[in-house]
Amino acid sequence: MPHLPDSFEIAGRTLTSRLFIGTAGYPNRQVMLDSITASGAEVVTVSIRRISLEGYAESMVDLLGSDYVLLPNTAGCSTAREAVLTARLAREALDTNWIKLEVIGDRETLHPDVEELRRATEELVADGFTVLPYCNDDPVSCRKLADAGAAAVMPLGSPIGSGLGIANPHAIELICARSSVPVILDAGIGTASDATLAMELGCSAVLLNTAVAKARDPRRMAAAMRSAVEAGHAAREAGRIPKRTYAQASSPQLGLIGT
Amino acid sequence: MTRHIPPHIQVNGQREPLAAPTLDALLRGKGVVPGARGVAVALNGAVVPAGRWADTALAEGDDLEIVRPFSGG
Repeated sequence: MPHLPDSFEIAGRTLTSRLFIGTAGYPNRQVMLDSITASGAEVVTVSIRRISLEGYAESMVDLLGSDYVLLPNTAGCSTAREAVLTARLAREALDTNWIKLEVIGDRETLHPDVEELRRATEELVADGFTVLPYCNDDPVSCRKLADAGAAAVMPLGSPIGSGLGIANPHAIELICARSSVPVILDAGIGTASDATLAMELGCSAVLLNTAVAKARDPRRMAAAMRSAVEAGHAAREAGRIPKRTYAQASSPQLGLIGT
Repeated sequence: MTRHIPPHIQVNGQREPLAAPTLDALLRGKGVVPGARGVAVALNGAVVPAGRWADTALAEGDDLEIVRPFSGG
Protein backbone atom coordinates (compact mmCIF):
# COMPACT_ATOMS: atom_id res chain seq x y z
CA MET A 1 0.00 0.00 0.00
CA PRO A 2 1.45 3.41 -0.90
CA HIS A 3 2.12 5.56 2.12
CA LEU A 4 -0.16 8.57 1.84
CA PRO A 5 1.48 11.80 2.95
CA ASP A 6 -1.38 12.65 5.27
CA SER A 7 -1.82 9.41 7.08
CA PHE A 8 -0.48 7.90 10.25
CA GLU A 9 -0.21 4.47 11.74
CA ILE A 10 -1.32 2.85 14.95
CA ALA A 11 -0.09 -0.70 15.49
CA GLY A 12 0.53 -1.10 11.77
CA ARG A 13 -2.92 0.15 10.73
CA THR A 14 -2.90 3.16 8.41
CA LEU A 15 -5.47 5.82 9.25
CA THR A 16 -6.22 8.82 7.07
CA SER A 17 -8.74 10.58 9.31
CA ARG A 18 -7.18 12.26 12.31
CA LEU A 19 -10.50 12.55 14.09
CA PHE A 20 -11.85 9.77 16.31
CA ILE A 21 -15.46 10.25 17.33
CA GLY A 22 -17.74 8.88 20.05
CA THR A 23 -21.30 7.64 19.78
CA ALA A 24 -22.82 8.82 23.08
CA GLY A 25 -25.38 11.49 23.81
CA TYR A 26 -26.70 12.44 20.39
CA PRO A 27 -30.30 13.67 20.14
CA ASN A 28 -31.18 10.58 18.11
CA ARG A 29 -29.74 7.79 16.02
CA GLN A 30 -29.97 9.59 12.68
CA VAL A 31 -28.18 12.68 13.97
CA MET A 32 -25.45 10.40 15.31
CA LEU A 33 -25.01 8.60 12.00
CA ASP A 34 -25.05 11.85 10.01
CA SER A 35 -22.58 13.45 12.40
CA ILE A 36 -20.16 10.56 12.19
CA THR A 37 -20.34 10.75 8.39
CA ALA A 38 -19.78 14.52 8.46
CA SER A 39 -16.81 14.11 10.79
CA GLY A 40 -14.99 11.93 8.28
CA ALA A 41 -13.88 9.70 11.18
CA GLU A 42 -12.74 6.14 10.53
CA VAL A 43 -12.41 5.19 14.18
CA VAL A 44 -15.61 5.30 16.23
CA THR A 45 -15.79 4.59 19.96
CA VAL A 46 -18.38 2.47 21.76
CA SER A 47 -18.80 1.27 25.33
CA ILE A 48 -19.40 -2.25 26.64
CA ARG A 49 -22.43 -2.59 28.90
CA ARG A 50 -24.57 -5.27 30.49
CA ILE A 51 -27.45 -6.14 28.18
CA SER A 52 -30.89 -5.22 29.31
CA LEU A 53 -32.70 -8.47 29.85
CA GLU A 54 -35.99 -6.74 29.19
CA GLY A 55 -36.09 -5.70 25.58
CA TYR A 56 -33.29 -6.20 23.16
CA ALA A 57 -31.99 -2.84 22.02
CA GLU A 58 -30.58 -2.13 18.60
CA SER A 59 -27.02 -3.28 18.15
CA MET A 60 -24.25 -0.73 17.60
CA VAL A 61 -22.51 -3.38 15.55
CA ASP A 62 -25.39 -3.62 13.11
CA LEU A 63 -25.64 0.16 13.00
CA LEU A 64 -21.96 0.96 12.44
CA GLY A 65 -20.25 -2.36 11.94
CA SER A 66 -18.50 -2.66 8.63
CA ASP A 67 -18.18 1.04 7.79
CA TYR A 68 -15.92 1.97 10.71
CA VAL A 69 -13.13 0.76 12.93
CA LEU A 70 -15.03 0.22 16.18
CA LEU A 71 -12.95 1.16 19.19
CA PRO A 72 -14.49 -0.22 22.39
CA ASN A 73 -13.71 1.56 25.64
CA THR A 74 -13.52 0.48 29.25
CA ALA A 75 -15.34 3.58 30.48
CA GLY A 76 -16.63 3.30 34.02
CA CYS A 77 -13.92 0.91 35.18
CA SER A 78 -11.99 1.92 38.28
CA THR A 79 -9.59 -1.00 38.69
CA ALA A 80 -7.19 -2.78 36.34
CA ARG A 81 -9.10 -6.00 37.00
CA GLU A 82 -12.45 -4.58 35.83
CA ALA A 83 -10.83 -2.94 32.82
CA VAL A 84 -9.04 -6.13 31.74
CA LEU A 85 -12.26 -8.17 31.90
CA THR A 86 -14.16 -5.44 30.03
CA ALA A 87 -11.46 -5.41 27.35
CA ARG A 88 -11.64 -9.18 26.98
CA LEU A 89 -15.44 -9.03 26.69
CA ALA A 90 -15.08 -6.25 24.12
CA ARG A 91 -12.67 -8.36 22.09
CA GLU A 92 -15.15 -11.22 22.09
CA ALA A 93 -18.13 -8.96 21.30
CA LEU A 94 -16.52 -6.97 18.50
CA ASP A 95 -13.79 -9.24 17.25
CA THR A 96 -11.16 -6.55 17.68
CA ASN A 97 -8.04 -6.40 19.81
CA TRP A 98 -8.10 -2.59 19.92
CA ILE A 99 -9.14 -1.13 23.24
CA LYS A 100 -9.50 2.42 24.51
CA LEU A 101 -8.34 1.77 28.05
CA GLU A 102 -9.97 3.92 30.71
CA VAL A 103 -9.32 3.33 34.39
CA ILE A 104 -10.82 6.13 36.41
CA GLY A 105 -9.42 7.13 39.79
CA ASP A 106 -11.86 9.83 40.81
CA ARG A 107 -15.63 9.80 40.23
CA GLU A 108 -15.98 13.55 40.18
CA THR A 109 -13.13 14.64 37.92
CA LEU A 110 -12.93 11.32 36.02
CA HIS A 111 -9.16 11.60 36.12
CA PRO A 112 -7.26 8.43 35.20
CA ASP A 113 -5.70 6.25 37.90
CA VAL A 114 -2.06 6.17 36.78
CA GLU A 115 -1.03 2.99 38.61
CA GLU A 116 -4.07 0.92 37.68
CA LEU A 117 -3.83 2.18 34.12
CA ARG A 118 -0.26 1.01 33.77
CA ARG A 119 -1.04 -2.35 35.35
CA ALA A 120 -3.97 -2.88 32.97
CA THR A 121 -1.86 -1.77 29.99
CA GLU A 122 0.85 -4.31 30.79
CA GLU A 123 -1.65 -7.11 31.26
CA LEU A 124 -3.57 -6.35 28.07
CA VAL A 125 -0.44 -5.90 25.95
CA ALA A 126 0.75 -9.31 27.17
CA ASP A 127 -2.66 -10.66 26.13
CA GLY A 128 -2.24 -9.38 22.56
CA PHE A 129 -4.28 -6.18 22.75
CA THR A 130 -3.58 -2.93 20.93
CA VAL A 131 -3.94 -0.64 23.91
CA LEU A 132 -4.84 3.04 23.59
CA PRO A 133 -4.87 4.39 27.14
CA TYR A 134 -6.78 7.52 28.12
CA CYS A 135 -4.23 9.15 30.42
CA ASN A 136 -3.06 12.24 32.22
CA ASP A 137 -1.44 15.15 30.38
CA ASP A 138 1.89 14.32 31.95
CA PRO A 139 4.97 13.36 29.91
CA VAL A 140 6.13 10.86 32.53
CA SER A 141 2.93 8.83 32.71
CA CYS A 142 2.70 8.94 28.91
CA ARG A 143 6.24 7.61 28.59
CA LYS A 144 5.60 4.85 31.11
CA LEU A 145 2.51 3.76 29.21
CA ALA A 146 4.42 3.70 25.93
CA ASP A 147 7.19 1.71 27.64
CA ALA A 148 4.53 -0.72 28.86
CA GLY A 149 3.56 -1.31 25.24
CA ALA A 150 0.69 1.11 24.59
CA ALA A 151 0.20 1.59 20.83
CA ALA A 152 -0.64 5.28 21.33
CA VAL A 153 -1.21 7.55 24.30
CA MET A 154 -4.35 9.63 24.76
CA PRO A 155 -3.74 12.45 27.21
CA LEU A 156 -6.73 14.48 28.33
CA GLY A 157 -7.08 18.09 27.21
CA SER A 158 -9.29 18.81 30.23
CA PRO A 159 -11.90 16.79 32.14
CA ILE A 160 -14.21 14.53 30.14
CA GLY A 161 -17.27 16.34 28.86
CA SER A 162 -16.15 19.69 30.30
CA GLY A 163 -15.60 21.47 27.00
CA LEU A 164 -12.81 23.45 28.67
CA GLY A 165 -10.40 22.85 25.79
CA ILE A 166 -6.71 22.20 26.32
CA ALA A 167 -5.94 23.25 29.89
CA ASN A 168 -2.18 22.81 29.55
CA PRO A 169 -1.00 23.27 25.96
CA HIS A 170 2.63 23.29 27.07
CA ALA A 171 2.29 19.80 28.58
CA ILE A 172 0.59 18.45 25.46
CA GLU A 173 3.33 19.94 23.27
CA LEU A 174 6.02 18.34 25.47
CA ILE A 175 4.28 14.98 25.36
CA CYS A 176 4.07 15.15 21.56
CA ALA A 177 7.71 16.19 21.24
CA ARG A 178 8.92 13.30 23.36
CA SER A 179 6.49 10.48 22.71
CA SER A 180 7.66 7.33 20.94
CA VAL A 181 4.07 6.50 19.97
CA PRO A 182 1.28 8.60 18.38
CA VAL A 183 -0.43 11.06 20.71
CA ILE A 184 -4.20 11.41 20.49
CA LEU A 185 -5.72 14.29 22.42
CA ASP A 186 -8.73 12.85 24.23
CA ALA A 187 -11.36 14.69 26.27
CA GLY A 188 -12.09 18.32 26.97
CA ILE A 189 -12.55 19.55 23.42
CA GLY A 190 -15.24 22.25 23.39
CA THR A 191 -15.12 23.68 19.91
CA ALA A 192 -13.25 23.52 16.64
CA SER A 193 -10.34 25.77 17.64
CA ASP A 194 -9.50 23.39 20.51
CA ALA A 195 -9.10 20.55 18.01
CA THR A 196 -6.97 22.74 15.76
CA LEU A 197 -4.73 23.65 18.69
CA ALA A 198 -4.26 19.98 19.59
CA MET A 199 -3.01 19.29 16.09
CA GLU A 200 -0.81 22.39 16.03
CA LEU A 201 0.81 21.19 19.25
CA GLY A 202 1.83 18.01 17.45
CA CYS A 203 -0.91 15.49 18.19
CA SER A 204 -1.47 12.77 15.60
CA ALA A 205 -5.23 12.82 16.12
CA VAL A 206 -8.07 14.07 18.31
CA LEU A 207 -10.78 12.00 20.00
CA LEU A 208 -13.99 13.77 20.93
CA ASN A 209 -17.67 13.09 21.57
CA THR A 210 -19.60 15.62 23.64
CA ALA A 211 -18.47 18.68 21.67
CA VAL A 212 -20.31 17.29 18.66
CA ALA A 213 -23.13 15.30 20.29
CA LYS A 214 -24.25 18.20 22.49
CA ALA A 215 -23.70 21.01 19.98
CA ARG A 216 -26.83 22.88 18.89
CA ASP A 217 -26.26 21.43 15.42
CA PRO A 218 -24.20 18.25 15.81
CA ARG A 219 -23.90 17.59 12.07
CA ARG A 220 -22.46 21.03 11.46
CA MET A 221 -20.10 20.82 14.43
CA ALA A 222 -18.89 17.43 13.18
CA ALA A 223 -18.02 18.98 9.82
CA ALA A 224 -16.31 21.87 11.62
CA MET A 225 -14.24 19.42 13.67
CA ARG A 226 -13.17 17.63 10.52
CA SER A 227 -11.93 20.90 9.01
CA ALA A 228 -10.38 21.95 12.31
CA VAL A 229 -8.26 18.83 12.61
CA GLU A 230 -7.17 19.08 8.99
CA ALA A 231 -6.29 22.78 9.39
CA GLY A 232 -4.34 22.17 12.57
CA HIS A 233 -2.39 19.32 11.07
CA ALA A 234 -1.61 21.29 7.91
CA ALA A 235 -0.46 24.27 9.98
CA ARG A 236 1.76 22.03 12.07
CA GLU A 237 3.31 20.53 8.95
CA ALA A 238 3.73 23.95 7.36
CA GLY A 239 5.61 25.25 10.42
CA ARG A 240 4.46 28.26 12.37
CA ILE A 241 6.56 31.42 12.49
CA PRO A 242 8.44 32.18 15.69
CA LYS A 243 6.66 34.42 18.16
CA ARG A 244 8.27 37.84 18.73
CA THR A 245 7.80 40.52 21.31
CA TYR A 246 7.51 43.56 19.04
CA ALA A 247 6.00 44.33 15.67
CA GLN A 248 7.89 43.70 12.49
CA ALA A 249 6.50 45.39 9.39
CA SER A 250 5.60 42.99 6.65
CA SER A 251 5.66 45.59 3.84
CA PRO A 252 9.06 46.67 2.43
CA GLN A 253 10.67 49.57 4.31
CA LEU A 254 12.44 51.00 1.23
CA GLY A 255 10.82 53.53 -1.12
CA LEU A 256 8.47 54.98 1.43
CA ILE A 257 6.76 58.15 0.19
CA GLY A 258 8.20 61.29 1.75
CA THR A 259 11.67 59.92 2.52
CA MET B 1 -33.38 -31.35 59.22
CA THR B 2 -31.70 -29.09 56.67
CA ARG B 3 -33.99 -26.93 54.59
CA HIS B 4 -33.45 -27.39 50.85
CA ILE B 5 -32.18 -24.18 49.24
CA PRO B 6 -32.50 -24.24 45.46
CA PRO B 7 -29.30 -23.28 43.58
CA HIS B 8 -28.90 -19.66 42.56
CA ILE B 9 -26.63 -17.80 40.20
CA GLN B 10 -25.77 -14.15 39.64
CA VAL B 11 -26.64 -12.65 36.24
CA ASN B 12 -25.51 -9.10 35.54
CA GLY B 13 -25.45 -8.36 39.23
CA GLN B 14 -28.87 -9.89 39.96
CA ARG B 15 -29.30 -13.07 41.96
CA GLU B 16 -31.71 -15.53 40.37
CA PRO B 17 -32.64 -19.24 40.62
CA LEU B 18 -30.53 -21.51 38.46
CA ALA B 19 -33.09 -22.56 35.85
CA ALA B 20 -30.96 -23.66 32.89
CA PRO B 21 -28.37 -26.44 32.63
CA THR B 22 -26.06 -24.65 30.20
CA LEU B 23 -25.05 -21.12 29.29
CA ASP B 24 -26.64 -21.50 25.88
CA ALA B 25 -29.97 -22.53 27.41
CA LEU B 26 -29.87 -19.64 29.85
CA LEU B 27 -29.21 -17.12 27.08
CA ARG B 28 -31.98 -18.52 24.89
CA GLY B 29 -34.32 -18.33 27.85
CA LYS B 30 -33.53 -14.64 28.13
CA GLY B 31 -34.16 -13.99 24.47
CA VAL B 32 -30.51 -13.64 23.52
CA VAL B 33 -30.26 -15.11 20.04
CA PRO B 34 -27.48 -17.68 19.82
CA GLY B 35 -24.58 -16.25 17.86
CA ALA B 36 -26.07 -12.74 18.12
CA ARG B 37 -23.46 -10.30 16.90
CA GLY B 38 -21.92 -8.26 19.60
CA VAL B 39 -22.98 -10.28 22.62
CA ALA B 40 -20.21 -11.49 24.92
CA VAL B 41 -20.36 -13.46 28.14
CA ALA B 42 -18.00 -13.87 31.08
CA LEU B 43 -18.45 -16.70 33.59
CA ASN B 44 -16.75 -16.15 36.95
CA GLY B 45 -14.47 -13.52 35.46
CA ALA B 46 -13.40 -15.36 32.30
CA VAL B 47 -14.81 -14.83 28.81
CA VAL B 48 -16.69 -17.80 27.36
CA PRO B 49 -16.42 -17.71 23.55
CA ALA B 50 -19.79 -18.04 21.77
CA GLY B 51 -18.71 -21.39 20.34
CA ARG B 52 -18.56 -22.84 23.85
CA TRP B 53 -21.88 -21.58 25.20
CA ALA B 54 -23.62 -24.89 24.47
CA ASP B 55 -21.16 -27.05 26.39
CA THR B 56 -20.70 -24.70 29.33
CA ALA B 57 -22.62 -26.11 32.29
CA LEU B 58 -23.91 -23.77 34.98
CA ALA B 59 -23.64 -24.43 38.69
CA GLU B 60 -24.67 -22.95 42.02
CA GLY B 61 -22.98 -19.65 42.71
CA ASP B 62 -21.88 -18.94 39.15
CA ASP B 63 -21.43 -15.28 38.32
CA LEU B 64 -22.35 -14.27 34.77
CA GLU B 65 -21.80 -11.03 32.91
CA ILE B 66 -23.66 -10.67 29.62
CA VAL B 67 -22.66 -7.57 27.68
CA ARG B 68 -22.94 -5.89 24.31
CA PRO B 69 -21.59 -2.72 22.69
CA PHE B 70 -23.48 0.42 23.55
CA SER B 71 -23.02 4.08 22.74
CA GLY B 72 -19.84 5.49 24.24
CA GLY B 73 -17.11 8.07 23.98
